[in-house]
Amino acid sequence: MVTKDSILSWLEEVCDPEIPVLSLSDLGVLRDVSFVNEEWVITITPTYSGCPAMKTMEDDVLAKLKSHGITNVRVELILSPAWTTDWLSIEGRKKLRAFGIAPPEDEVDKSVLFASPTVVPCPKCGSRETKMVSQFGSTACKAHYQCLTCLEPYDYFKCLK
Amino acid sequence: MKNEALYNYVLRLGDDSLILGQRLGEWCGHGPILEEDIAMTNISLDLIGQAMSLLDYAGELDGQGKDHDDLAFLRFEHEYRNALLVEQPNGDFANTMMRQFLFDAFRKPLYEKMLASTDKQLAAIAEKSLKETRYHLKHTSEWIIRMGDGTDESHQRAQTALDLLWRYTDELFSETSDDQLLISAGIAPSMLDVKAEWSKTVKEVLQEATLVIPTNNWQFEGGRRGVHSEHLGYLLAELQYMQRAYPNMKW
Repeated sequence: MVTKDSILSWLEEVCDPEIPVLSLSDLGVLRDVSFVNEEWVITITPTYSGCPAMKTMEDDVLAKLKSHGITNVRVELILSPAWTTDWLSIEGRKKLRAFGIAPPEDEVDKSVLFASPTVVPCPKCGSRETKMVSQFGSTACKAHYQCLTCLEPYDYFKCLK
Repeated sequence: MKNEALYNYVLRLGDDSLILGQRLGEWCGHGPILEEDIAMTNISLDLIGQAMSLLDYAGELDGQGKDHDDLAFLRFEHEYRNALLVEQPNGDFANTMMRQFLFDAFRKPLYEKMLASTDKQLAAIAEKSLKETRYHLKHTSEWIIRMGDGTDESHQRAQTALDLLWRYTDELFSETSDDQLLISAGIAPSMLDVKAEWSKTVKEVLQEATLVIPTNNWQFEGGRRGVHSEHLGYLLAELQYMQRAYPNMKW
């Protein structure tokens, strides 16, 4: 008997094609799994409007469930509530750092209090002496930083509220 | 009637995003520095993503089974409803940033007010797009200040861009009689309110940038009713080529 829990555990193996260490649920893109009118409905939301990985994610979800014999399924894309980096799981943040991507820092309070750029510690050596190279990075969800201590260039997963 | 009015309204929003996204994409591989090449194409990607949501919704309201691809690729020039500003050529980097800044400063308050729309889908698109637009505006404001308050040459280029593009700004806030229906139904925000916030942002940033708003306020319009500048035809020829040459082709 297929349950919501079994679907969720199978979907744990479906990862972001551009950040393959994160599952869709780590990323907060997977919003809901429900069974409506004899059909499984998998609800996902994009990180950014033009995220080119969404179609791949949808295909991967369908392929994963098909491999478990489930074909009465559709993927629904919703825009609201809009995705925020607050939905990145604690586990996901650890995985990001281990992968060499700095996880989002809470930028809101700091900019108000000090009006200075957010400190984004280096994911390799942990140094807080880092600089922003570019507000935009290799994908829509990232910015580009460099560590001034170990000199490593790295991606920063931008905070989005 | 309300559906037709809403269709036209959503189509205008979608066309603004689509055409500006296409323009920015022309910088791909040609940016003045790698970081800006990436920035402009990232912003382009966000705009094209927003265009997909908006044009899908327009297609839904139209009720003839059209999706974003049909609307993006298979209309003629006079059927596009984007403002003249977004179809203007890229010019130099200062010109592209100025066009983007004037547009972002318009889109941010528009989306903010659209969050309260009684139309749920429009409010959802605004909620999603607003977060992206805020980031774009931050980026373009910083560049306008850096260039305006920079060297003699960067200042002059930014001022030239402002002088050239100012004449296309009023059109962003134009309203049709149909729009009044949408405004009174709480679906669309009033452009007067949007313009008040736009003016405030633009004045603040331009002052910081030591740039001067042109005193000659002659304004152009036409895009919102399908009367475009010569530039749009060339842009569409490139945008639509594959669908026109190979109808219904899929990647």
